[in-house]
Amino acid sequence: MIDDITFISQIAIKSSVAVLLATIGEIITERGGVLNLGVEGMMLVGALAGFAAGFATQNALVAITAGMLAGGLLSLVHAFFTVKLRSNQVLCGLALTILGTGLANFMGRPLIGAAGIRIRPVQVPYLSDIPVLGDIFFFQSPFAYAAYILVPLAWYVLFRTRAGLVVRAVGEDAASADAAGVNVSLTRTLCIFSGGLFAGLAGTYLSLSYTPGWKETMTGGQGWIAIAMVIFCTWNPLRAFFGALLFGGLTALQFFFQAASIDIIPSYILKMMPYLLTIGVLVIVTTSSRRHTSAAPAGLGRPFSRDQ
Amino acid sequence: MIRIEKRAVLPRYHHLIAALIAFAAALGLGSAIFIVLGVNPFSAYQAMFNGVFGSFHSFSEVLVKTTPLIFTGLAVAVAASMMLWNIGAEGQLVWGGIFAAGTALYLLPSAPASVLIPMIIMASACGGMMWALIPGLLKARFNVNEILTTLLLNYVAIIYMEHLFYGPWRDPAGFGFPGTAQIPEAAHLIRFLGTRMHLGFPLALACALLLFIVMKKSSWGYRVQVIGSEARAARYAGFSVSRHTLLVMALSGALAGMAGMAEVCGIHYRLQTGLAVGYGYDGIIVAWLAQLNPLAVPFTALLLGALFVGGEQLQTVFGLPSTISLILEAALLFGLFGGQALIRYRIVFPGRKKEIPTASSHSGTTS
Repeated sequence: MIDDITFISQIAIKSSVAVLLATIGEIITERGGVLNLGVEGMMLVGALAGFAAGFATQNALVAITAGMLAGGLLSLVHAFFTVKLRSNQVLCGLALTILGTGLANFMGRPLIGAAGIRIRPVQVPYLSDIPVLGDIFFFQSPFAYAAYILVPLAWYVLFRTRAGLVVRAVGEDAASADAAGVNVSLTRTLCIFSGGLFAGLAGTYLSLSYTPGWKETMTGGQGWIAIAMVIFCTWNPLRAFFGALLFGGLTALQFFFQAASIDIIPSYILKMMPYLLTIGVLVIVTTSSRRHTSAAPAGLGRPFSRDQ
Repeated sequence: MIRIEKRAVLPRYHHLIAALIAFAAALGLGSAIFIVLGVNPFSAYQAMFNGVFGSFHSFSEVLVKTTPLIFTGLAVAVAASMMLWNIGAEGQLVWGGIFAAGTALYLLPSAPASVLIPMIIMASACGGMMWALIPGLLKARFNVNEILTTLLLNYVAIIYMEHLFYGPWRDPAGFGFPGTAQIPEAAHLIRFLGTRMHLGFPLALACALLLFIVMKKSSWGYRVQVIGSEARAARYAGFSVSRHTLLVMALSGALAGMAGMAEVCGIHYRLQTGLAVGYGYDGIIVAWLAQLNPLAVPFTALLLGALFVGGEQLQTVFGLPSTISLILEAALLFGLFGGQALIRYRIVFPGRKKEIPTASSHSGTTS
């Protein structure tokens, strides 16, 4: 029994890492006042670039860097159109997802089925000796450890540093921030770029560690779930952990039921659960709390220009 | 000196100009990709052109692809004219297909075509409508973000469809092939002139015309557009935003559902994996390239249809993956953004008189 719970929890963490990383990135982007719906596309491009670089160089660090940069570069397209040209952010994000999907599918065609490098789970000395919890939290891939550090770090930077204050000011009221001497365009571009790096990292995790290899549909909507999780966690990185875990938990349960061939719930219902649950969470968050409406950056989605 | 300044008034054909800039941008990006891949852009475009206009048959294949794109494009456009984002046309298309196949296979398997075809069309519209009303209700009742709900429901719809044709609806005589049995012949949409072009195409055109009349000439269409552009003014005028949200989502879903019907009853003749290939997402591009004008939708759908058929030609001639059309599709949309931004400015040559701003364009005084 306890083994089952440990097993499920371990997979739950494993399954939540990509959503968690992408959520953190999108929180930073949206805190700066820009909505980027291109997460799914950036993750796919990151997954492919990471896999391809790993395949070519057999070097994990090069692979991760390449994956992050690919996500970051694609996000700069969004930055150019939304910040510089002030295009519609929703539409631009959708176009970015289509572009990312197209690029990844196009360039990844020769790599389908290829065997690249894989980054395996690593035991953390001492911490992994803790009974039960050690196996759950500290026998994971290095990506998970990076996420453990990046989550509080993102919170700290956003809420406890001057840079974070600038980001939030730009997201709340760009005109005032501008009057105070902040470079709004640069801040927003950097926020979008950070979001791209995180999404790229999330994608790299998928193709190097979670399901090693390259498959055209490998993100399976996790980028979109991440965007929903941003609303769920009210733009606070610390809460993102719980949101992602919810998603990971359901995925783990699905694996477990399949592995144990338990037929209480049909497998197609289990497959739908992460998406249905995300919708349920959105409904609950939107209806139940006033916190939700006040937590959203006030300037989210609004382009900024001095001459208006 | 040559200067660049902001236009006080947009030029008259700014919609068309922006669309042309989009087209040019896509051509440019496409050329860059071809050069990188070591293919002469001219021969690549020539191959695409031949693939599209080379023969009567090839052009009819473009119209085959255009048909579902018109439906999904209209679905996205009608929602967007109220500033509702229906990213779920893909899932609604799937439900339209499920309802169409279900009606033909299980509900009225022995009905004559004259009964069956109208029933199938209605059923598919209902299927799409049902699926679109879920996010519609959540939006109208609780103000839940419809972008995410419509999109996430796509995955749910596809999982359910796969469950159907891998499970209870699987063709017993299908040798394990994932798909339902073939629908009865009475449920096949008529095909024209020995091609695969079918009744769905004129039906889609009729829908475009009808939607144009409703949106531009009826008071209901006017209200929808007022809500879309001036939500606050609409509330003062007493228009019920939530009721219109439901109606618009229902209409949008019905249109997307018919795309599924056209694919199932016009092309595949069964429910199978090839149904959800992204026409719902392409509809977003079709709608915005048409700048939400229902009458322009068939033309932008044709452009995308030509792009897909041309892309397939690139695969046969040069061995390039046909997914290149997806990249070009995105380039079209980004080109449109660029065009819309560019058009706000103009180049002023020395000696030319300054444009006189009109009262309506003084944005500085309104805020």
